[in-house]
Amino acid sequence: MRRSIFLPVASTLGFLFLYAPIISLVVFSFNANRLVTVWSGFSVQSYVNLWEDPQLLPAAGLSLQIAAVSASIALVLGTLCAIALVRFRRFRGKTILQATVSAPLVMPDVITGLALLLLFVGMQSVIGWPANRGVLTIIIAHSICCMAYVTVVVQSRLGDLDLSLEEAAMDLGATPVRVFFDITLPIIAPALVSGWLLAFTISLDDLVIASFVSGPGSSTLPMVIFSKIRLGVAPEVNAMASIIIGLVALGVIVAATLQMRRPRTRF
Amino acid sequence: MGELGGIVRFGADQLTSFDGSVQRRVRPWSWVGGAFAAAGISGRALVIAAPAAWLTLFFLIPLAVVFGISLATKQFGQPPYSDLLTTEGGTVQLTLHLSNYIKLIQDTHVGTNFWPQVIAYLAVGLLAFWLGRVVARIAAPPAVRAIYSVSAVATALLIATLYTADLNVYLTAFLSSIKIAAVSTVFAVLIGYPMAYAIARAPDRWRNILLLLVILPFWTSFLLRVYALSGFMRGEGVINNVIGALGLPPLVMMQTDFAVYVGIVYSYLPFFILPLYTNLVKLDPSLLEASADLGARPFRTFLEVTLPLSMSGVVAGAMLVFIPAIGEFVIPSLLGGPGTQMIGRILWDEFFSKTNWPRAAALAITMLFIVVIPFMLMQRAQSAVAEGR
Repeated sequence: MRRSIFLPVASTLGFLFLYAPIISLVVFSFNANRLVTVWSGFSVQSYVNLWEDPQLLPAAGLSLQIAAVSASIALVLGTLCAIALVRFRRFRGKTILQATVSAPLVMPDVITGLALLLLFVGMQSVIGWPANRGVLTIIIAHSICCMAYVTVVVQSRLGDLDLSLEEAAMDLGATPVRVFFDITLPIIAPALVSGWLLAFTISLDDLVIASFVSGPGSSTLPMVIFSKIRLGVAPEVNAMASIIIGLVALGVIVAATLQMRRPRTRF
Repeated sequence: MGELGGIVRFGADQLTSFDGSVQRRVRPWSWVGGAFAAAGISGRALVIAAPAAWLTLFFLIPLAVVFGISLATKQFGQPPYSDLLTTEGGTVQLTLHLSNYIKLIQDTHVGTNFWPQVIAYLAVGLLAFWLGRVVARIAAPPAVRAIYSVSAVATALLIATLYTADLNVYLTAFLSSIKIAAVSTVFAVLIGYPMAYAIARAPDRWRNILLLLVILPFWTSFLLRVYALSGFMRGEGVINNVIGALGLPPLVMMQTDFAVYVGIVYSYLPFFILPLYTNLVKLDPSLLEASADLGARPFRTFLEVTLPLSMSGVVAGAMLVFIPAIGEFVIPSLLGGPGTQMIGRILWDEFFSKTNWPRAAALAITMLFIVVIPFMLMQRAQSAVAEGR
């Protein structure tokens, strides 16, 4: 079939659209000029400002902790959910479970955030728990939306998995729990890792839900960044963004190279 | 059954230990299964119950709470809304205020037959859509097309009626949210389709790298990417520097609806590309070759073979853009101007600035009803994509 020029041109433009703003953000983080986005020489001043900033780094630490805990909760619950949805034959409420677990994936954040806040306020006045809003409430809220991502990732891996391996183990007398830990878990481990990482990123990135359910004194990184960039350019945010983008790019590239280099032992 | 299983298991263990070479592995969690089995709970039920309970407690119940509070009224104090149930002298009284919903359509200056007209167009449109699906199973395409065009005309009339009316701030925000989300989705489809197609058709070596390039922005912060875009489009930003170097007058892009469209497409493009790619990569190339052998030009093959077969991927991806875009808060507040009224922003203001929690709750419930139909479309399309594997 004759290849037309349309596809390469259109997709190159598309990738350019995706990457040009990110690249310019990184480049301008090394700009000497503080106020204007006009290039006026190389400098690492904005990185020094970031280091000395009283809010950004503590908020980043808090966000990392919240993300780690909520991603782990989401990993356990999301994996269970994926197993129930893929492996179990029809059970009462399967369709409802499927719809409920994937709803937070697309549910506008303002609705999820408002709903959880109103629940926490209601619970506080009825049973007295949670006594105040902060890290704990953010973790619970994030675990809900992260769970959806874990479920989707693990579900697709479980769907690809060859059932005969598990059947063989069961024929040899292994209990379902043992089959899961000895056979299924090692095979879906890559999906669990990427599900956890995805959940971690989603939690680290969330502004809207955290703003609703957080209390005084628990400002996450996106909340601090948002208050800084609302008013315009903030070079220290450029520096922070460049570091995050660099780390993510490094991580993704390393993961991809490892995956490509590994001999393809598909079960 | 438990008894019998125990005996069989005991027998097997005896055999292996008798053999001496194979030891039964003792694992730290072995007791868990036994404990639950003793309590009469199957592992299967537990696997379902844990996530289901968590989701019910922190997702379904909160939505019910939102609905409850949308029927309260604002009052000063902590929490800032009235109680639905009040007990006075042994009488329990349930007070439901519909005022928050009434306020959503109040102060809309329209003729007397405006609302009946809107409801009629909506009913005709939905009815024709549903009828078209029923008829599609039994009748020929021309009949189906005729019925669907009734639905399209009704939708157009509905939009025209709504647009010419003098609506209040809430209705205007709902309408413009739907408009902004729809237009952005169309652009995401137009930009994303060729990209997904190019990746799916790329040689193996390139495919993984290109896919990685799509996923990479998805892993970096959404907020920071919107910030990057604002640095790109602002008055003295990169684009205007380039334009200025060419000797052209600067463009005003920031704080316009245009910037919001660009922002949504930019942020949600990977969400569109990925499901479509999963769909396109499964497309059998021999179908395309067959079509070409029969003399179809590439564009016609695309229209009549590729596009229909990839429709479930397009719908799933488009809904992943459309639904979150309706309630978007960050993009309109960072890129849009004061005139960009989107419902997510209005809800945020009602809640944080005006502390009117019941009104915000009523807005959330209304928004929920708006996203329910696209959500169901997405569910169907996603299961179609999954079954295609």
